[in-house]
Amino acid sequence: MSEPLVIVGNGMAAMRLVENLTHRALGRYAIAVIGEEPRLPYNRVLLSSVLAQEVSRGEIELRPAQWWSDRGVTLLYGRTATAIDPAIRRVRLANGATLPFAKLVLATGSRPIRLNVPGMELPGVMTFRDLGDVAAIGAAAANGAKAVVIGGGLLGLEAAYGLAKAGSQVSVVHLMNRLMERQLDARASAMLKHVVETRGIAVHLNAETVGILGSTCARAVELKDGRQIDADLVVVAAGIRANVDLARTADLDIDRGIVVDDHLQSSKPNIYAIGECIEHRGQCYGLVEPAYEQARALAAHLAGDSASYTGSVLATNLKVSGVNVFSAGDFLGAADTEQLVLSDPGLGTYKKLVIKGGRLVGAVLFGDTADGLWYLDLIRAGDSIEAIREDLVFGRALAERSVIKVLAA
Amino acid sequence: MNAPAHHLPAVRTACPYCGVGCGVLAKPDGRGGAAIAGDPEHPANFGRLCSKGSALGETLGLDSRLLHPMLRQIDGRLARTSWERAIGLVADGFARTIREHGPDAVAFYLSGQLLTEDYYVANKLMNGFLGSANVDTNSRLCMASSVAGQRRAFGSDTVPGVYADLDRADLIVLVGSNAAWCHPVLYQRMVANQRARGAKLVVIDPRRTATAEDADLFLAVAPGMDTALFCGLLVHLADKLALDYEYIEAHTSGFSEALIRAREIAPDLAATAKAAGLAEADVGRFFELFRTTPNVVTAFSQGVNQSAQGTDKVSAIINCHLVTGRIGRPGMGPFSLTGQPNAMGGREVGGLANQLAAHMNFTPDEIDRVGRFWRASNMAPREGLKAVQMFEAIERGEIKALWVMATNPAVSLPRARAVREALGKLDLFVVSDNVLSNDTINAGAQILLPAAAWGEKDGTVTNSERRISRQRPFLTLPGEARPDWWIVAQVAHRLGFGDQFGYVSAADVFREHAALSAFENDGTRDFDIGALAQLTDAEFNALAPVQWPARTDAARGDTRFFAQGGFFTADRKARLIAPAPPAPQAALSAQYPFRLNSGRVRDQWHTMTRSGLSPRLANHVPEPFVEVHPLDAAAAGLADGGFARLRTPYGACVLKVVISEGQRRGSLFVPIHWSDETASSARIGELVTPANDPHSGQPEAKATPAAAEPVAYRYRGFLLAREHIAPPAGTWWSRVRLTSGTGLLMATDEPPSAWRECGHAMFGAAEIADYMDEPRGICRVAAFVDGRLSGCLFIGPADAGPQWDTVKALFEAEALGDMQRRAVLSGKSTDGLADPGPTVCACFGVGINVIRAAIASGQAANVDEIGTALRAGTNCGSCLPELKRIVSHGRIA
Repeated sequence: MSEPLVIVGNGMAAMRLVENLTHRALGRYAIAVIGEEPRLPYNRVLLSSVLAQEVSRGEIELRPAQWWSDRGVTLLYGRTATAIDPAIRRVRLANGATLPFAKLVLATGSRPIRLNVPGMELPGVMTFRDLGDVAAIGAAAANGAKAVVIGGGLLGLEAAYGLAKAGSQVSVVHLMNRLMERQLDARASAMLKHVVETRGIAVHLNAETVGILGSTCARAVELKDGRQIDADLVVVAAGIRANVDLARTADLDIDRGIVVDDHLQSSKPNIYAIGECIEHRGQCYGLVEPAYEQARALAAHLAGDSASYTGSVLATNLKVSGVNVFSAGDFLGAADTEQLVLSDPGLGTYKKLVIKGGRLVGAVLFGDTADGLWYLDLIRAGDSIEAIREDLVFGRALAERSVIKVLAA
Repeated sequence: MNAPAHHLPAVRTACPYCGVGCGVLAKPDGRGGAAIAGDPEHPANFGRLCSKGSALGETLGLDSRLLHPMLRQIDGRLARTSWERAIGLVADGFARTIREHGPDAVAFYLSGQLLTEDYYVANKLMNGFLGSANVDTNSRLCMASSVAGQRRAFGSDTVPGVYADLDRADLIVLVGSNAAWCHPVLYQRMVANQRARGAKLVVIDPRRTATAEDADLFLAVAPGMDTALFCGLLVHLADKLALDYEYIEAHTSGFSEALIRAREIAPDLAATAKAAGLAEADVGRFFELFRTTPNVVTAFSQGVNQSAQGTDKVSAIINCHLVTGRIGRPGMGPFSLTGQPNAMGGREVGGLANQLAAHMNFTPDEIDRVGRFWRASNMAPREGLKAVQMFEAIERGEIKALWVMATNPAVSLPRARAVREALGKLDLFVVSDNVLSNDTINAGAQILLPAAAWGEKDGTVTNSERRISRQRPFLTLPGEARPDWWIVAQVAHRLGFGDQFGYVSAADVFREHAALSAFENDGTRDFDIGALAQLTDAEFNALAPVQWPARTDAARGDTRFFAQGGFFTADRKARLIAPAPPAPQAALSAQYPFRLNSGRVRDQWHTMTRSGLSPRLANHVPEPFVEVHPLDAAAAGLADGGFARLRTPYGACVLKVVISEGQRRGSLFVPIHWSDETASSARIGELVTPANDPHSGQPEAKATPAAAEPVAYRYRGFLLAREHIAPPAGTWWSRVRLTSGTGLLMATDEPPSAWRECGHAMFGAAEIADYMDEPRGICRVAAFVDGRLSGCLFIGPADAGPQWDTVKALFEAEALGDMQRRAVLSGKSTDGLADPGPTVCACFGVGINVIRAAIASGQAANVDEIGTALRAGTNCGSCLPELKRIVSHGRIA
């Protein structure tokens, strides 16, 4: 008989876990997925495209209902899990019902950070996390509306891009001195700023928000230097925090996220966690790729295979404001590293590869990311790149042809 | 309907390069260029051309041309002026200098590139009207020793044989001649004879040149020891009783003295071999071949001439032909291969300071004769200063006014640095040329006169076999350029000699020149073309290549000289000469342990002002180099492909090192072509000793003692640019002409970071891409304008410097594809690499072209199948909407 497996959270990590697990061991578990959002799991990466009206809401659905039922998955979306009782292995839902589990997987994701400044409660101050947020922002962002996005990271820029495409006059205020400072180096950030600005988005760097002004609704964002930026709506995209509310009810070890081991298991047996809600080896991840890797590892483990997750090499590989960017590893380049830099501003491309001890340890690509995954493979493999160093930055095809020539010679 | 293309007829003319004097058919394209082919009817080449001649069409552009008279301004810049003013300044300057300092304070320095008519008029003005014989020519550097040797032996500057002798000889001895590279068309005739008739080819040269490759016998003679070898041959011929006693008796004098001296220098085979640095067996074989082969031509060139004992070398060679009577008959004779297209023409008109016009000398009778013919007011009373002495007189301030025509002495003369400095001291320094900039002009020329170039010039040249050919114009004169004869005649007019310089055409000048050659000649002078003195303009225009002598009274038969004696000495006998014992002028020392040999490379000519314009020719040898024997290189610490600084007491150069087994131990070989216009530090003239031959004045250009030491640069690279870009000071560089721009090959110690800044500054307003791998010493910068590569800078570590072939091809391409542009800075071709196109799936790096190909091939029909086949869209999924669009468009298409 199938063991009951309950997954809390119906995001991208949950979907990938189900996909991998049913592929490996269909029927071994009776799977139930509990999701707060009242809809089938969808691709959160495409939220800005929905906001920009480049794709419809329906198009971002990850899998159709049939796909879930084909795998015997009970989808409980629009339900909130409120507590876990590890002793009796049950999850309590908001409506009072409880679900028994043999194994429990928390994939509760993250929540936007709310700034601790006055005015955050005003109508017109929004976050950008789910389709509900997109609908609200879309409604407020009437043509010509003034929108201020707080946060110049990936999420903020995605929101800004969507808003601008939807017809708003958009300003981004960012605390740091460059955009996406955690994913890009200074030069790529500067190029990104240029691209963002050419899309009609104003960018304010070194801009600390000290308050949202307005009496009945938000009308301006006030900065520390005294500037006030008019706003009909304010989107707060200043970062995320692991969603650990449910985990606390089970008394799991929690630091910045639910602490898990290399089997993605929490401090209690039979309770696992994956995705943005976890902390693994001291690391929290905020991108889809590590969540997928965790889902794959956990699926293997739950299927009875020996598998472990040892952490993800951080790679950012995405399109922001219509531009492909990629970064991985030590892309900033520590003091003892060497750098290969290729730049063609006329084409809007920039590539920096970081070498240490003859091995590729980091990369940042802007505009042309076709070889990003190859670089990531090289970083992960950790083999010497000396033989192809001269061609490395020019991409796999050129570099591998040269190697073949050398071997043939 | 298109109008039919207008085909301009091909014009018969002559090549402007070497002394072979090939006929050329030039078919103008109506846009300032021309298609070039060999003239099948010209007896010098019968349709063949060498690499240089074939590329003439690439050298016709006006980019580097001097098109207007220019005057140097106070601030050093050159500014346009009118012909009227320029001619006035030249005439007044020469008149004033002569008035204040006498006629020996002025000089002309001419060129074997001038046409006979130009040469004639310049020589007439100086010798007949300015009252000085200070008119010399770059031919002094080329074959003055042959002139002196021939005059000494024959009483006249006569080349006895004709090219056809090279077809009929059974033995051809090449002495000091890399004919394979320097006279290629003639050399091919020799090789054809070798193949078809089994003629033997003996090559005598200190260096194993390309010419040596075809030789039946190669004698790597010790530098300067040719005289010993030919003295040994004379002794051998005498000892073997292989002499033509009848000829000696009837037609020569000085035999005993010559043979006695030869025995002193080279008493026997062993002594000859020792002196010449050769194996006895090889010397013996050469002697045997010469002795037993009546039909022998000994052809010689700069290796013989450019020597402080050049005249004696020529004499030692001629002696062997005279004592065997092997002269002036088909298939035999000594044969001077001249370097320049019109060195012979220059000699005919008296372009050398020690000759008057029409092969006459500075004897009282001849001065009087020429003076009467010219109606000259002020004949030069004696010989003038030869080139080296002329520039020494300039250095001492004795010559104060100089007019240089069509040559580049600041590069080509010995002690070129001192020459350049001396030029700056002149009160009046005039240059007639067709380039805007060269080292001589940049040495401070005050007045620049724009001369007609090849393709525009109209007149005659004489080749090595005394054959006069027409150089005909096939292009119109650009800008305000004028023929040199016209320019000189204008100055003569302004000086008050209008009556004697009233020429209206080159034909006018030629007729006078021909008439002078016959004037009171009566067979006393070899040079007589009196038969051509009455040509009409139309006949002159139509003149077919004609060999002299062309006497008025004589039937035109065999044009060879001296088979039956008839020398142009007082007793009509040839002189056998006792040469001085051979010894290099300067000994080697610990400080200067090498002998510096100099010469040409196959595809360049002189200082490259013309041949350097051809991208094709630039490919052969793009950098100035020094060739070193492997053992010498090892001892001096020189590495192949590295750099060497050569030093002599006169100057220094830095050259690329080429290690070659063919190079003689103890000798270094350097090509002469590079100047400050084309390289940072490769003006070989700077290194060369001013020592020169006491008879000919020809400098010892191939034997200067020199030192060589390695020079290490940390980085090497290249620069490609549309415009003329000067590299930063301190850079070693060599400039190469490209189809649309120039290239610099460089070496440097400046770090890549500095080059990156330099590249950005140089390429200015263009879109600039760069690639930096600083730890590896790599900097690459590319500039783009309108999608085309407009500039490129590649710097890399010296031991793995960048190669430019791929980038050069992209630079010359009209526009670059996206993929090509992305790969430009790799320096590698993208040929054969698939272009994936813009990335659609960022997660797996899948490009749109790959996806379209999968759809087109039927591999994938929907988004899921694309995911299965290519993984695209299977990770974050953010490209799925785009994949759907691609699929639906694919279906529509």
